[in-house]
Amino acid sequence: MNFDFSDDQKSLKDQARKFLTEKAGAKVTRRVLDDASISYDENLWRAVADLGWLGAAIPEEHGGLGLGRLELCVLAEEIGRAAAPIPFSSTVYFFAEALMLAGNQAQKAALLPKVAAGETIGCFAVSEGPGAPSPSSIQAKFENGALSGAKIPVTDGDCAHHAVVLAKDGAGLSLVLVDLNQKGVVRTTLKTLDPTRGHAKLEFKGAAAERLGAAGQGWELAEAVLDRAAVLLAFEQLGGSQACIDMALDYAKSRYAFSRPIGSFQAIKHKLADMYVAIEVARSNAYFGAWALQTEAGELPFAAAAARAAASDAFHLAAKENIQVHGGMGFTWEVDAHLFFRRAKLLAVQAGAPAVWKEKLVKRLEQRNAA
Amino acid sequence: MDFNDTPEEAKFRAEARAFLEASCKPKAAENDRMSRSLKPGEYMKAAKIYQRKKAEAGFAGITWAKEHGGRALPPIYAVIFNQEEAKFDAPFGVFAIGLGMCVPTVIAFASDEIKQRYVAKSLTGEEIWCQLFSEPGAGSDVAASKTKAVREGDEWVVNGQKVWTTGAHFSDFGILLARTNPEVEKHKGLTMFIIDMKAKGVDVRPIHQMSGGRDFNEVYFTDVRIPDTHRLGEPGMGWNVALVTLMNERLAVGGSAGPDYKEIFEFARTISSPTGEGRLIKNDAFRQKLADWIVRAEGYKLAKFRTMTALSKGQTPGPESSIGKVINANQMMDIGNSAIEALDHFGIVTESDLAPLEGAFHQSYMFAPGLRIAGGTDEILRNIIAERVLGLPQDQRTDKGVAFKDLPTGR
Repeated sequence: MNFDFSDDQKSLKDQARKFLTEKAGAKVTRRVLDDASISYDENLWRAVADLGWLGAAIPEEHGGLGLGRLELCVLAEEIGRAAAPIPFSSTVYFFAEALMLAGNQAQKAALLPKVAAGETIGCFAVSEGPGAPSPSSIQAKFENGALSGAKIPVTDGDCAHHAVVLAKDGAGLSLVLVDLNQKGVVRTTLKTLDPTRGHAKLEFKGAAAERLGAAGQGWELAEAVLDRAAVLLAFEQLGGSQACIDMALDYAKSRYAFSRPIGSFQAIKHKLADMYVAIEVARSNAYFGAWALQTEAGELPFAAAAARAAASDAFHLAAKENIQVHGGMGFTWEVDAHLFFRRAKLLAVQAGAPAVWKEKLVKRLEQRNAA
Repeated sequence: MDFNDTPEEAKFRAEARAFLEASCKPKAAENDRMSRSLKPGEYMKAAKIYQRKKAEAGFAGITWAKEHGGRALPPIYAVIFNQEEAKFDAPFGVFAIGLGMCVPTVIAFASDEIKQRYVAKSLTGEEIWCQLFSEPGAGSDVAASKTKAVREGDEWVVNGQKVWTTGAHFSDFGILLARTNPEVEKHKGLTMFIIDMKAKGVDVRPIHQMSGGRDFNEVYFTDVRIPDTHRLGEPGMGWNVALVTLMNERLAVGGSAGPDYKEIFEFARTISSPTGEGRLIKNDAFRQKLADWIVRAEGYKLAKFRTMTALSKGQTPGPESSIGKVINANQMMDIGNSAIEALDHFGIVTESDLAPLEGAFHQSYMFAPGLRIAGGTDEILRNIIAERVLGLPQDQRTDKGVAFKDLPTGR
């Protein structure tokens, strides 16, 4: 057994952290936070593309580096730690994964090289309103090569060039691929809890679109994409959680009250110990997810649900308790704690809220036992 | 990253499996334990026979040095054996503390002569060991031990009392933390000894637990004489020796003994839901809790794989393993409690032929409060995580620079 990342993968992670410490971090995230007219940081996006990260898991024949999903996992963790304000997850975990999973040769050849080069930003559009979607709740419709209906909210939908959309198709559902830069698409940007990532409502008015994958397989394909993305998001969440506990620890060691470091008080120690336990539980589950994703194991649906449930809870705990450890300072705009508190909520709900994944986890336990 | 055995590991697993198939019965259910069906005397006999076979086959002391009868294999092999052993109804429990904590301490600190006398016989199960640390006035603050050892020539004379000593009533030897100098700071006046549990002046009395069982003891010492050759480490260095033992304790106590998510999942398919959806497994609130239990149980299991991966790469076990007991003890309480409440009024019934799993959930419920305390309370373990893993400063202490005899003791 070797339940760890390889030395090469760890060194990639170190390089990523070093790079992001220099080129990203709170200052860059705040540029997007403070300026409502920009939806992501273009310099960082360009730099990340130049490093090949966008195509890390894309095969070489389509312009990627052809590395594995494990490499993508370590990058995701560092992106999460930096709360990077770029459409990385939408483009890489959702859009590119959907193309690689369901796309035909022509679709892959047309779009994957552009994704790898940073020329195409992609997004994944499922939600149509309040509440978790179900196969019967989807109203967007694909008919005779045209897409109609509305998706709200779509993460990175304000800056994306292409979208993968879940839509009704005859009696069933299909995934469809749509170019967002066309007349039949109306975008409206949305204010959200996390302005460091762009969000939009996408309205389709007979927009030209094509199926991605088999007709009628939309729900199953979307679930498969979500399982893959769930593992990668779990790593982002893990990185964010780690950033929170690091911040809280740093503050607890240097902030004095009652003439001693607040970290010497058990009330603070136990809070941080609980964060540590939650993060270790999340990390272990995320590693298992990474293994299942990389090996395309039959356990992926179970592992992805466990990784996602654990990571969402850990990030929420770490983000809120980081604020608490910082006391009054933690509630100010100037302290970075809220950047993670915001990002934690976006990552927790964007591909299905924690309750949804917990339900999936139990359902998959039942399926596993029935098999 | 992979979970597959290497060819050597797979070969070892097959060997372990063959040994276990020849030596014990597979478990029919996760919860099967020989200790339930046998009388204590018969169980001990079976345990000793099993341990001897295990030692002869080379599966005791897998990680120990060859000179001590071990196989000097990396810890991952011990994990593999434990994984396989857990599938069988094997009576290994009575040796866990001795082989997991006491004897490794003996190996680390005793003279060659003493090691020769004791180590081999512990490995074959001929002699059983216990650990004598806690006292009525020294629980979480175990360095406050008052049991006194006074030197008289080549011997030490011990007087005092230990408490919560697992297996003292069937143990042959123990490692004893005693105060040898009350004139210095409390951590500096302790010394560790090997004590003969059958010696004159050792009086073992069982503790009646709130759960009804009698798994632990009080041990009283009246003028018990220990030869100086049985001292472990220098006089005054007992605390450093104890830390080595306690480091091993966290690995030894980490596992959970009660029903976990798989058992309550099966149970939930048989019992009605309080909100009328049919079976409990259809109840959304229950399903959400079940998911949390899965995440924690799997997370703990996988965290152990991570620790063991690190161990096989030659790193020593760190305090990270403290997370295990914090997770398990609380999960055990929560699962036991949830199963009992799901039974509604019937949840109060503990008759083994009427209660689910022969009362295993009820046993968890009544034993979990003890597990939250044993081997470091939840609170002490959180302190350990905070101080040793996360590097937070120690609490301000009132016992620094004060002779032990001058410390306030309270009730």
